Amino acid sequence: MTVRTLVRSRPTVVWAALVAATLISFGAGADHGVVGSAGVVLALIIGFVKVRYVGLEFMELRGAPLALRLVFETWCVVVCVMVVVLYLAGS
Amino acid sequence: MQGRWTRGTVPGELGGWAVVLADMSVFAVLFAVFLVQRAADPAGFASDRTELDLATGMVNTLVLLTSSLVVVHGVHAFRTGSRELAGRLFAAGAALGGVFLVIKALEWVGKFSAGITPMSGEFFLYFFVLTGIHAVHVVLGIGFLLGLRALSRTRRPRQGHVRVVELGGIVWHMVDLLWIILFPLLYLAS
Repeated sequence: MTVRTLVRSRPTVVWAALVAATLISFGAGADHGVVGSAGVVLALIIGFVKVRYVGLEFMELRGAPLALRLVFETWCVVVCVMVVVLYLAGS
Repeated sequence: MQGRWTRGTVPGELGGWAVVLADMSVFAVLFAVFLVQRAADPAGFASDRTELDLATGMVNTLVLLTSSLVVVHGVHAFRTGSRELAGRLFAAGAALGGVFLVIKALEWVGKFSAGITPMSGEFFLYFFVLTGIHAVHVVLGIGFLLGLRALSRTRRPRQGHVRVVELGGIVWHMVDLLWIILFPLLYLAS
C-alpha cells in the first residue's frame, strides 16, 4: 500500500467529504444570529447523513445483506426525524 | 439461491452487529431524553450552551473521523496480509482516541475550574452524563483497537481473526458516529 493509493482510495475520499460536511455544519449551526434554528436543523441533518456514510463506507454496510443495511439506515432516518421534531417542538 | 435480503457479506459478525445496534438505540433514547428536558427550559439550555467551546467539539469530531479512516485502512491492510502495517494503523487509531480523551478531559477540567459541574443545572447534568458515557465508549474502543494491534502481531494468525478485526473496526466506527450526533446536539442544538 503506497501513500498514493492510500490518498486516492475510496475511504480517504469519503473521509474528506465527511470533514467538509463537519466544517459546513459547524458554520451553519454556529451562526445562530443569522440562520437561527434552520441552521441547527441543517447541522443535525448533516450529522445523520454523515452517520449513514460512516455506516455504508467505513462499517462496510454497502456490500452487506440488504436486511442488515436497512436496519442501520432505518435507525438513521427514524432517529434523525425524532431529533429534528423534538428540537423544533422544544424551541 | 440466496434472496436479495440476505445476499452479500456481513462485515464482522451478526452477534456483534446486534450489540452495536442495541447500543446505538440506547443512545437514541438518550438523545430523546435530552431534547425533552430541553423543551422544559429552552432558555436555560440556550444560555448554558454558550459556556461550551464549539471549536473544541468540532476538533474532537475531526480527530475521531480521522481515527476511523486510519482504522478502515488498518482493517484493509490486515485482510490483504500486511499485518505489520495493520498493527501500526490500529495503534495510530488508538492514539487518536487518546487525543480525543485528552481534549475531552481538558474541556471538563476547564469547566470544573470555572465552577461548572453536573450540579450547575439540567443542561450541564446532561452534558457531563452524555459526554461521560461516550468517553467510556472511547476507552473501551481503544481497548478493542489495542487488541486488534496484538492480533496483527501474533505469530499464529488464524482465519477467524479477520472477522474479529472487522468487528473491532465496526465498534470503533460506532464510537465515532455517536459523537457525530452528540456534537451538534450538545454544542449547537441547545
